[in-house]
Amino acid sequence: MSVENPRSGGSATSDRPDAEVPVRLRDFSFRYRAQSEPTLRGIDLTVRRGEKIAVVGPSGCGKSTLLAALNGLVPHVHAGEASGSIEVFGTDPGAAPIIETSRRVGTVLQDSSSQFVGLTVAEDVAFSLENQQVPHAQMPGRVAEAARAAGIADHLDASPQQLSGGQKQRVAIAGVLVDDVEMLLFDEPLAMLDPAAGRAAVELIDDLHREQGRTIIVVEHRLEDLLHRPLDRIVLMDEGRIIADLPPDALLASPLLREHGIRPPLHVEALRLAGAQVTAGQHPADLPRMELSSAQREAVRTWVEHAPADPSRKSATAARPPSDVEVPALDLECVGAILRRPGASADVRALRGITARIRRGEMLGVIGSNGAGKSTLARVISGFEKATEGVVRIAGADAASWPLAEHGAHVGFVLQEPGQMLSQPLLEEEIRLGLRARGLDAEEIERRTARVLEVTDLRPMRSWPISALSHGQRKRLSIACVLALEPEILILDEPTAGQDFAHYSEFMDFLARINAEGTTILLITHDMHLALEYTDRVLVISDGELLADTDPAAVLTDEALAERADLVVTGLFTLARRCGIPDPIALVHRFVAADRAERSLRADPGEGAR
Amino acid sequence: MTAPLLGYVERPGLLHTLTGTAKLVLTIAMVLAAMISFDVRFLAALGVLSMIGWALSRVRLRDLATVLWIILTFMVLNNLLIFVFAPGYGSELLGARHVIVDGPGRWDLTQEQLFYQLAVTLKYFAMLPAVLLFVATTRPPEFASSLHRIGVPYKVAFAVSLALRFIPDIQREMRTISQAQQARGLDISRKVGLVTRVRNVVSTLMPLLLGSLDRIETVSSAMELRGFGRGRGRTWYDVKPMRTRDWVTILGAAAVVAAAIVMVVVDGGRYWNPFGA
Amino acid sequence: MSPRISPVTRVVAIGIGAALFFVLGRFLAIPTPIPNTTINLQYAVLAVFAVLYGPLVGVLAGLIGHVLVDATGYGIWPTWETGTAVFALIVGLVMLHNHVREGEFPRRTLVRFVLAVAIANAVTWVLWAPIGDVLIMGEPASKVFTQGVLAFVANSVTAAVLGGIILGIYARSRTRTGSLTLDR
Ligand SMILES: Nc1ncnc2c1ncn2[C@@H]1O[C@H](COP(=O)(O)OP(=O)(O)OP(=O)(O)O)[C@@H](O)[C@H]1O
Ligand SMILES: Nc1ncnc2c1ncn2[C@@H]1O[C@H](COP(=O)(O)OP(=O)(O)OP(=O)(O)O)[C@@H](O)[C@H]1O
Ligand SMILES: [Mg+2]
Ligand SMILES: [Mg+2]
Repeated sequence: MSVENPRSGGSATSDRPDAEVPVRLRDFSFRYRAQSEPTLRGIDLTVRRGEKIAVVGPSGCGKSTLLAALNGLVPHVHAGEASGSIEVFGTDPGAAPIIETSRRVGTVLQDSSSQFVGLTVAEDVAFSLENQQVPHAQMPGRVAEAARAAGIADHLDASPQQLSGGQKQRVAIAGVLVDDVEMLLFDEPLAMLDPAAGRAAVELIDDLHREQGRTIIVVEHRLEDLLHRPLDRIVLMDEGRIIADLPPDALLASPLLREHGIRPPLHVEALRLAGAQVTAGQHPADLPRMELSSAQREAVRTWVEHAPADPSRKSATAARPPSDVEVPALDLECVGAILRRPGASADVRALRGITARIRRGEMLGVIGSNGAGKSTLARVISGFEKATEGVVRIAGADAASWPLAEHGAHVGFVLQEPGQMLSQPLLEEEIRLGLRARGLDAEEIERRTARVLEVTDLRPMRSWPISALSHGQRKRLSIACVLALEPEILILDEPTAGQDFAHYSEFMDFLARINAEGTTILLITHDMHLALEYTDRVLVISDGELLADTDPAAVLTDEALAERADLVVTGLFTLARRCGIPDPIALVHRFVAADRAERSLRADPGEGAR
Repeated sequence: MTAPLLGYVERPGLLHTLTGTAKLVLTIAMVLAAMISFDVRFLAALGVLSMIGWALSRVRLRDLATVLWIILTFMVLNNLLIFVFAPGYGSELLGARHVIVDGPGRWDLTQEQLFYQLAVTLKYFAMLPAVLLFVATTRPPEFASSLHRIGVPYKVAFAVSLALRFIPDIQREMRTISQAQQARGLDISRKVGLVTRVRNVVSTLMPLLLGSLDRIETVSSAMELRGFGRGRGRTWYDVKPMRTRDWVTILGAAAVVAAAIVMVVVDGGRYWNPFGA
Repeated sequence: MSPRISPVTRVVAIGIGAALFFVLGRFLAIPTPIPNTTINLQYAVLAVFAVLYGPLVGVLAGLIGHVLVDATGYGIWPTWETGTAVFALIVGLVMLHNHVREGEFPRRTLVRFVLAVAIANAVTWVLWAPIGDVLIMGEPASKVFTQGVLAFVANSVTAAVLGGIILGIYARSRTRTGSLTLDR
């Protein structure tokens, strides 16, 4: 691509220190107008030209706020009070108009669908050129070039409704690429992507960095995926402060990530649990090339071989086909769904011939690529979408004629997009809304509200308005609302997207507990490790069809299947190979057990190793 | 929720090859002319012109079946109502009274009333199809640039494009939200009392609105980050160059309006009165 | 309307307001027995936009929204589309200098809002639209005024009740400066 960085031409910049140091924050703090406490506190951060930096931290710690400070949205759009000094390319983005800053800083926002302002992909990519009054004749060339670089050139005429989550993400990237900016900010670019699309996005970001020398800052919860390509530094934030600013190897070798609720890449965790802690010198950030001593390999092998007999199979009932006598919680028979598109465009056949029986008390995973039809399946089961073919039986009864409220009484559904569920101004009222509609008495409402607030860690902000919540906090609220209803069948659409490890393991463990008490749970997820850890059975969906209905481990070991469903094996598989363990699944199971034991030990040290 | 919507119909028709600007000018001219004149002959001519347009653009009747049905129902109802409310309005306007059917009370059917109602009906028939034709033959991305070219400020023109961009999103969202609320037990059917129902309608409307207000913030941030409003003007990705046939169309549009004005002068008023009062 | 709303935000508010107007007007219209007259939720929403973003945004959102509804349905009907714009204009003008965006929606403002809606509906549906219909479309006055009065009553009630509730909830969702603390 010939879009050239005007400043990449060598030493002329040495007398312009601001060009060499795009970002310089000194003791920078920021408090949102509505907040009584600052959200960013005493941030010191310097980013040099051509660096690629990741920002990680628990949900709600201020990552998006930090990016907003760099591009000027804070304080121009989100009012508040700043102190300390902030310089982006030598000027204060709080003093300069956003438009000035945007000439050199491109931002891909956390929610890529609201960033889409054109009626077609081409128009959206051209948006920035139109605003600069680039003559019409030059536009198609530049748009095509940027679209090619972002891998979306085949869809130039598509409208946003026709694109999957991953494709929209690419359009957003192409939209900042046409503009030839020097620094790019990405806010959770991987959150909704399937593993393969996530990898592709990481590679694209890396190409922008290496081939065009752009400075890059990425905020992301999926650190392991991000490390698929090298990073210069990782900045760890917590409660508005920078806790660490280290090269990846050094950070991974330290206990800092875990201490702040971020899960280190799985292979690093496995080595630690096996008692073979890595050091920074072994380059733990880059698994394929990481140096493992033979002692470490041996340690992992013995750790796996000496697994205690595994008492903790995951759901209350093991994965065996339901017997004929008991009534399954959910019985899908040849279910198909055709979605109508408005206007003249052809209808979409989102599901066909899905047959599965789910027993009461099962915890089941649903996996597959972007646009495979997972959410559609969930919508059909919850009655949001009518099955155009086949039968959906809930607790033995044909649900076709049920009104939605009846569906709702049996099935709780947490939508993928939390905004579609939240209707009340205040957080607590949102949870109570559904409980009131069920006609529960005040005491019961209080009890349930308190319980779900605890589980989703929203209690500290229970009286806040929803508009002051971060993305991750909103998602947790939408989960809390449905949990409070205590349905028999619970469907969660990507519950862990955009969540940090500490928070998601808290509510996932809660789910495991209510599952053990008999709630049937369907988890739609892109996170294979989550499926491995919490479910014994997954439905693999691709192109609207059921590809497989099997043990999650079996999916990953079947390469052809994994490829068709756009799955990528977790780092544990690579580690197993490097340690010479023939059965990587054994390593996975050992890891899950040890991880869980350690967590419950930390949660209630009194009871010890149950 | 799935009510059919008239939208762009992709066909290799003559009107499809014109620029949005030319078609827009023609449409505005047709509407204007139909508003000005009450001459039955002129209105009929305009109607015929629209029909020719339909034929040339090769939009099939099937594409518009529902829309035509709605219009037809509306016409019938409107005519009935006019007759119910003002059965003597035609005679009053035209200054003559030839009774055809002697109805009950003042509801006599007169030639003048029939003639007057024919004029009203023709007026709608002259006005409505032009707009539908514009919508059916112009790609939505071209709307905004066409508006800008006929002198609408670019910010307003872009707002039209944004509206078109978000209609499908909001439509889908509205459906999902209302379902999510019903599943949580909020009933909006007739089974519950009026107050509860209103409250429940509000709780379905609220997420849509709060979400939209939120979205205004994020979308405007996104647009500002990408330089919207930077200059005094704006260029457009989706714009066709003006060709001879476009200029001819615009000339034709001017002629239509001029004709309407001429007819007013010739008839000595907006109505053409064959009953010669 | 507070003067701090940026011009870009206004453009977006016009676009999204028009889209909302379109979707509600097209898919949620509850028909009355009088043709071209329905109980309309979209006017409540339009009034809310006029209050929050000012008369200009209201006028354009209403105009664009209504033209889109009609242009994709049964064709333009100029007096009613401009009527919608007049409605938003009056609500916006009467409600200038409110502080709903800052979270303040006292009884005083609510009363003003109800009045604004009533005046705006009266001017629009009892004066502007019927007079336009008589002058331009040549419709008989008795018919259009009856339609107009019906529209006035229906729209005033829905817009005042729903609009009031919406503004109340919206105001509560806006927070005062420095009011949020974590209570652990
Ligand atoms: N507009 C706002 N007004 C008031 N408080 C806000 C606002 N936006 C964010 N906050 C608060 O600031 C804190 C940091 O929010 P931010 O969005 O930066 O978090 P984050 O680290 O990006 O989280 P996530 O990973 O969930 O996206 C949160 O506690 C949130 O409640
Ligand atoms: N309302 C709709 N109208 C038309 N097509 C739709 C609609 N919703 C989804 N689709 C299409 O149906 C297919 C399945 O979509 P679905 O949302 O179920 O995918 P998914 O598996 O949940 O993907 P993701 O992982 O990206 O959330 C996609 O190709 C999508 O474009
Ligand atoms: Mg964030
Ligand atoms: Mg989905």
